[in-house]
Amino acid sequence: MDRDRQVAVLGIGMHPWGKWGRNFVEYGLAAARAALADAGLSWGEIQFVSGADTIRNGYPGFVSAATFAQALGWSGARVASSYAACASGASAIGAARAQILAGLCDVALVVGADTTPKGFFAPVGGERRDDPDWLRFHLLGATNPTYFALYARRRMELFGATEQDFASVKVKNARHGLDNPNARYRAAVTAEEVLASPMVADPLRLLEICATSDGGAALVLSSVEFAERHGSRSPVTIRAVSTVTPQFPQTVIEMPNFATDSAVAANDELHPGFRRSIALAAYEEAGIGPEDLDVAEVYDLSSALELDWCEDIGLCKEGEAERMLRDGDTAVGGRIPVNPSGGLACFGEAIPAQAIAQVCELAWQLRGEAAARQVQGARVGLAANQGLFGHGSSVVVAR
Amino acid sequence: MTTVKDRVPAIEGWFSTGDSPALIGSRCRSCGTYAFPRETLYCRNPVCDGTEFDEVSLSRRGRVWSYTDACYKPPPPYVAADPFVSFCIAAVELAEEKMVVMGQVVAGVTVDDLAVGDEVELVLDVLYEDEDHEYLVWKWRPLTGELQGSPLAGEVGARNGTGAAGGV
Repeated sequence: MDRDRQVAVLGIGMHPWGKWGRNFVEYGLAAARAALADAGLSWGEIQFVSGADTIRNGYPGFVSAATFAQALGWSGARVASSYAACASGASAIGAARAQILAGLCDVALVVGADTTPKGFFAPVGGERRDDPDWLRFHLLGATNPTYFALYARRRMELFGATEQDFASVKVKNARHGLDNPNARYRAAVTAEEVLASPMVADPLRLLEICATSDGGAALVLSSVEFAERHGSRSPVTIRAVSTVTPQFPQTVIEMPNFATDSAVAANDELHPGFRRSIALAAYEEAGIGPEDLDVAEVYDLSSALELDWCEDIGLCKEGEAERMLRDGDTAVGGRIPVNPSGGLACFGEAIPAQAIAQVCELAWQLRGEAAARQVQGARVGLAANQGLFGHGSSVVVAR
Repeated sequence: MTTVKDRVPAIEGWFSTGDSPALIGSRCRSCGTYAFPRETLYCRNPVCDGTEFDEVSLSRRGRVWSYTDACYKPPPPYVAADPFVSFCIAAVELAEEKMVVMGQVVAGVTVDDLAVGDEVELVLDVLYEDEDHEYLVWKWRPLTGELQGSPLAGEVGARNGTGAAGGV
């Protein structure tokens, strides 16, 4: 791909994921400082701060870039804050990348961090009878796992997936995350243990649904020229950021909606479906295809959803993800490892940090710094994710 | 002495009441696209400039696209019974409207009674109550077993075993 369209990943930093209930700024700050140290830059050299917002931590969370900038010490850097639910991190990366590619700045800091309440995600406070996110809880009792479970059941019906398959995804990801110092859960589990955990939303059990976590992730991004001037001769570069929205008619029920689009006026025109279109746009922008990937990080909000993603990013045909899993293709050491970090299964979800964390993992993999979970010889990686209300999120990195 | 509480919709304008209740959607006068809840501003179809909509009753019957249950009490603003009783949720495909609409399934139905493709019918049922009112919402009632039926007849369970229903 044209060098003019690449930005360098100069610094990577994370605060470990966990559940401490401390101020989210603390996690973001730790991640930002780690990314700056990794880049060998001082805070004063950062020209642009791109924040991924959290909506459960009051006003500072809505203006996250300024919050982090103030915490690092006002420096006069320009800022922008993005919210796109689970895709917030990709939006923040996209905003920083656009500034760099437009030549408006040379080097930017991207930060996302969250502190989450226990249990199911509930809508943010207040009675809002015109907000579908509030209404789906009130009128249906439809939690996030409700939607994950509808997809899982659908996979069973269409492709013959079994509860054993879903449990095997969790077993694989738990194994991947065992030695990841940033993962919250670092314990091996067996399929029997997964299948013995309490049912939450049939057919999904407690150990198959991602937890809500605290955590923080940060990246220092720069122009390739800036990276080279700072001695980074072969940096990991970002080749694509896909933040696409769905195409009408969206015929798969999506959080937080009550209904799909109606397809009566669509003239049977086929489009690939939302998750698939997110990856397609990323591949197109990067000028590569799924056959070029060495590693992928996908959004395993549930064990079953990882199987959907494997197909949606083109690792196999529809209905073949269970076979790939059973053959060990998606395990570290296999043909195309998926979620070598351990994924959400080991991290839980810290919403605004999560898409950034996916890119952190890919960058470590491409640098060969992923220790026991290293995918040997990884040169090209893709991260994929999806935010509530129609936010695509996919990033391609290469070295 | 028991008093009969007033029954009121849990949300205004989303469904009709009476003997044959139905969800109230909209239909674009330009391209025919349906929407639920109803659209009042612009048509969702990106190639349609429609801004005028007819209020329409959506099909009262459809087929299960997928289903699940809530084994744990959802957080507020869901108003859960105490003690909490688990319930099923179905996403139901409406043939004429070419759309899928979610709803709770009537009490007494478990996931073992449901299968993708089953026909269901819309009914109104109590979502929650307070001292003065019972609040109504739409729910899906399976038609595959006994018409009136919950819990459903064994016939439905047998069908479950033929497909890809895994260990359920």
